Amino acid sequence: MNLDSKVPSGHITTKWSNHRFEMKLVNPANKRKYQIIVVGTGLAGSSAAASLSELGYQVKVFTLHDTPRRAHSIAAQGGINAAKNYPNDGDSIWRLFYDTVKGGDYRAREANVYRLAEISNHIIDQCVAQGVPFAREYGGLLENRSFGGAQVSRTFYARGQTGQQLLLGAYSAMMKEIANGSVSLFTRRELVDIVVIDGKARGIVVRNLINGKFESYSAHAVLLCTGGYGNAYFLSTNAMNCNVSAAWAAYKRGAAFANPCFTQIHPTCIPVHGDYQSKLTLMSESLRNDGRVWVPRKQGDTRKPSEIPEDERYYFLEEKYPSFGNLVPRDVASRNAKEVCDKGLGVGTTKLAVYLDFSDAIKRLGKKVIEERYGNLFDMYEKITGVNPYEEPMMIYPAIHYTMGGIWVDYNLMSTLPGLFVLGEANFSDHGANRLGASALMQGLADGYFIIPYTIGHYFASNTFSKIDETHLAFSDAEKEIEQTIQRLMSIQGNRTVDDFHRQLGQIMWDYVGMSRNEKGLKYALEKIPEIRDEFWKNVKVTGVSNDFNQTLEKAKRVADFLDFAELLTLDALERRESCGGHFREESQTEEGEAKRDDENYSHVSVWEYNGPNLKPNFHKEPLIFEYVKPSQRSYK
Amino acid sequence: MSESNTIHLTLRVWRQPNAATPGRFETYEATNISTEMSFLEMLDVVNDQLALNGIEPIAFDHDCREGICGACGCVVNGQAHGHLKGTTLCQLHMRHFRDGDTLVIEPFRAKAFPIIKDLVVDRSAFDQIIQAGGYISVKTGSAPEASSILVPKKNADLAMDAAACIGCGACVAACPNSSAMLFVSAKINHLGQLPQGQPERYRRAIHMIEKMDELGFGNCSNHLECEAACPKEIQFVNIGRMNRDYIIAKLFHNEEAF
Ligand SMILES: Cc1cc2nc3c(=O)[nH]c(=O)nc-3n(C[C@H](O)[C@H](O)[C@H](O)COP(=O)(O)OP(=O)(O)OC[C@H]3O[C@@H](n4cnc5c(N)ncnc54)[C@H](O)[C@@H]3O)c2cc1C
Ligand code: FES
Repeated sequence: MNLDSKVPSGHITTKWSNHRFEMKLVNPANKRKYQIIVVGTGLAGSSAAASLSELGYQVKVFTLHDTPRRAHSIAAQGGINAAKNYPNDGDSIWRLFYDTVKGGDYRAREANVYRLAEISNHIIDQCVAQGVPFAREYGGLLENRSFGGAQVSRTFYARGQTGQQLLLGAYSAMMKEIANGSVSLFTRRELVDIVVIDGKARGIVVRNLINGKFESYSAHAVLLCTGGYGNAYFLSTNAMNCNVSAAWAAYKRGAAFANPCFTQIHPTCIPVHGDYQSKLTLMSESLRNDGRVWVPRKQGDTRKPSEIPEDERYYFLEEKYPSFGNLVPRDVASRNAKEVCDKGLGVGTTKLAVYLDFSDAIKRLGKKVIEERYGNLFDMYEKITGVNPYEEPMMIYPAIHYTMGGIWVDYNLMSTLPGLFVLGEANFSDHGANRLGASALMQGLADGYFIIPYTIGHYFASNTFSKIDETHLAFSDAEKEIEQTIQRLMSIQGNRTVDDFHRQLGQIMWDYVGMSRNEKGLKYALEKIPEIRDEFWKNVKVTGVSNDFNQTLEKAKRVADFLDFAELLTLDALERRESCGGHFREESQTEEGEAKRDDENYSHVSVWEYNGPNLKPNFHKEPLIFEYVKPSQRSYK
Repeated sequence: MSESNTIHLTLRVWRQPNAATPGRFETYEATNISTEMSFLEMLDVVNDQLALNGIEPIAFDHDCREGICGACGCVVNGQAHGHLKGTTLCQLHMRHFRDGDTLVIEPFRAKAFPIIKDLVVDRSAFDQIIQAGGYISVKTGSAPEASSILVPKKNADLAMDAAACIGCGACVAACPNSSAMLFVSAKINHLGQLPQGQPERYRRAIHMIEKMDELGFGNCSNHLECEAACPKEIQFVNIGRMNRDYIIAKLFHNEEAF
C-alpha cells in the first residue's frame, strides 16, 4: 500500500502557501462540470458543501438526520481555538502549532498541524462575518478564555453553545447555496456503500430512511464528513446516531484506517447512574477554569462535601501538577480521576465519581459571574441530576468523547481510495494521540472552508474521468450486496434486542480497551468481540419490515458495523505497546505512573488495510518525523 | 444524584404507520421506571419490551439527548415537550412524574409538519424558510479581520438569546394556528442584532415571512403559547421586532427585496 503523505517540501511555515501555488486549478467555467458528493453535514460537511458550491462545483449533500442542523457538531459546548493573540498573552501560530503537536503526544503529522494553526485565524474571521454571536467584551471586541492543555487564552466561544452557533453559521452558508441551486440536499439518507469504478470513488449508495429503499448517486469525488466512532463503546458523549458505518464502508472499499485505538476520554462527564442509561452527558471542559477537582483524603468518607474540611480534601490535580493544576490535558485529568477512584476515594453512590467544586470561584467572583460563564451548563447539570451545582459540588467522571483515529488521509485530505476525501472527525486528523480542547471545531472548519476547496481542484485537474452515471453495474451490484445484509438482519428474529448487544460490546470495550489497557485485557477483548458478534448474527431481534421507516433496523446495521470495527480498534491497541496520549498501556509507564512514550519503536501512524471478511487486515506504518518540535516526555507538572 | 425511586405509568401513545394510513392511540404499561431516567430513556425501556413481544417499537426522533440538536419532541398531556418549562423532552426526567400517572403522547401536529411515522414528523419546512434568507451572504475567504467588526456586548447577548433556537418545532405545535413566527423571528433577530446582518435585514424579513406563509404555517394571534412551550425560552418580543422589520421593509425597502 502506498502511504505517500504528499507533504510538500520547504520550510514548515511556507509549505501550505507554496502548495497552494503549485496545485493545479480548474478553470472557473469548467467547475460546474464536476459533481461532488458530500456525506455528512456537521461542521466539516456543511462548510465544505458551502465553499465548494461557491466556487461553482455541483454539490449533493447527504445526512441521516431530518435536517443538516442536527449533526452532532451542534452539541459542542466549550469553544474553538485560534491563534489571534487578542489577549496579548504570548500566543502565535507557532505556539498553537507547538501546543497541538505536544498535546497530541507527538503522534500527528507536523505539516498538517502547522497548516491547521495557520488557518485558524481565518476561521474566526469567516464565522464572525456569518453572524456567529461569539462572546464579546464591553468594548465590542471578541472575548477569549483558556482551555485544557494551553497556558494562553485562545478559545473563542458563544456561551456554552459554540458548536451550535458555528454549525448554524455553516448550515446557513450551505442553505444560501441550496437557494442558489448549486447544492442539492438529501436528508434522512444513510450511506451504506461507496462505489468504486476504475479504481476511483465515483458514487455512493444510500438507504432512504423513510421508505427503506436504496438510492444510488454518482459523482467525480466523494467527501466523507461523517464524524467519529465513539459509540463503539455504547456509552459516550456522542449523539445516539453517531456511527462508524460510513467509515467502515470506505475501509472495506479500500480506504485504509489509521490509529483506530486513539480514542479520547473526557474527564468531566456526568457519572453513570443506571443500566437503562442511553448516553453520557459532557460537562464542558471550560468548567475546569473555575472548578476545582477533589476527592476526600479518607477512603469511605460519607460526609457531605460541605462538611469535609479543607485539609481533608485531596485536590489531586493541583497537588500533582502545580503548573497546570486543574487545566492539565484531558487524558491526564481522566487517568487521575480513575486512579483516585481505583484507590477507593471516589464519591457518590457508585464511588465512580470525583467532585468538581465551584464554591471558591463563587466566593471570589460572585454567583453572577459564574452564572454568566456557565449558566446553561449548571442548568443542564441540575436538570439531569436534580442537584444544584451552585450549592453542592458537581460530581463528574470520565467518558468516551472523541476519536482521534479515523480514515487515513494525505496532506490533501484524500484517503488511499482515490477520489475519496475525508474531513473532520472522520479522518485520522491532526490531533495525534490526544486532542486538545476546542481543536476539533477548528479542524472540521479548516478542512471544509479552507483546505478541500484547494485540494479537490488539484485532484480534478490532474485526473481524467470516464463518463459514468448511476446505471453503471457497480451501483446495482452494491445495492444487491447491501440488500442481502439487510435481509439477513431481518430474518434472524432472535431473542435479544439490538441495544442489548450494543451494551454488551460497550462494556467489554470500556473495561478492556478503555482508559487503561494491557496485553491480557486486550487479548481477552479480542476473544470476546467475535463471540458477541456471532451471537448477534444468530440471536438479534429486528422488528418491522425493511422497506419502511425502521429505526430498529437502522440501529442493527450500525451495531453490526461496530461489532466488526471494535476488533480492529482492539487489534490496534494491542499492536501499540507504548503509552501515548489517550492510549495508556499499563506495560509502558514511568515510575510515577505517567504515560511513557516509546519514540524509538512507535513514532508512526498505524495504518490498517482491509483484506476481506474474517481475515486479519494488513498492517502498515507511516513514519512520523519531527523536524520542528522536538519530542519530549510531556510534562504538565 | 438525587434520591431515586421507581414509578409505574400508563402510556397512551399515538401509533401511525405512515402519512397515508390513519393513526390511533395504543395503551402500554411502563413499569419499574426509575425516576432518574429521562423521558426518552423511559421510551427506550418500553420499546425494548415491545420489541421482545414482537411489537414494533414506537418511532421517535432523537439524537443528542442533551437538549441542543432539536431532534426530539412530541406532545405529552397536551404540552409540547411536556410540562416542564424550558426543557426538551430528552432533558425531561421522570422525577417530574408521579407513580400511577397516565401520559398521553402524540406527535407535533401541524399542517406544515406531515407525520412520517408514530411520533416522527417532517419538519423540513423550517429548512426551506432558512433557505429563503436566514443567512448573511458572505463567501468563504471574503471575510474581514474579525476584530474589525465591533459588536456591543448588549447586541451580542441579544443575538445569542435569539440564536439559541434549536429548530425543534415546539412553537408550531403549541400554537393554535400552527404559526412559525417564533422560529422565524428568532432567526431574523439573531442576524438583525448584529452589524453584519444589516445589509440584508429587510430583504431577509420579507423573504422569510413570505416563505413561511407559503408553506402553510398559520398567523400569530398573540396566544403566546409558543413562548411557553419553547425549550430554549425564546421570547415572544422577537415577534414584535420581526413585525417591525417587516413593516419597515414593506414601506421603505420593498424594491430592495427582489
Ligand atoms: C458533547 C460534545 C462536546 C464537544 N465540544 C467541543 C468543543 O467545545 N470544542 C471542540 O473543538 N470540539 C468539541 N467536540 C468535538 C466536536 O464537536 C466534533 O469532533 C466535531 O463537531 C465533529 O464534526 P464533524 O463535522 O466531523 O462531524 P459531525 O458533526 O458528527 O457530523 C457528522 C455528519 O455525518 C452524518 N452521518 C454520519 N454517518 C452517516 C451515514 N452513515 N450516512 C449519512 N450521513 C451520516 C450525520 O448526519 C452528520 O450530519 C465536542 C464533542 C462532543 C461529543
Ligand atoms: S435529542 Fe437533541 S434536543 Fe432532544
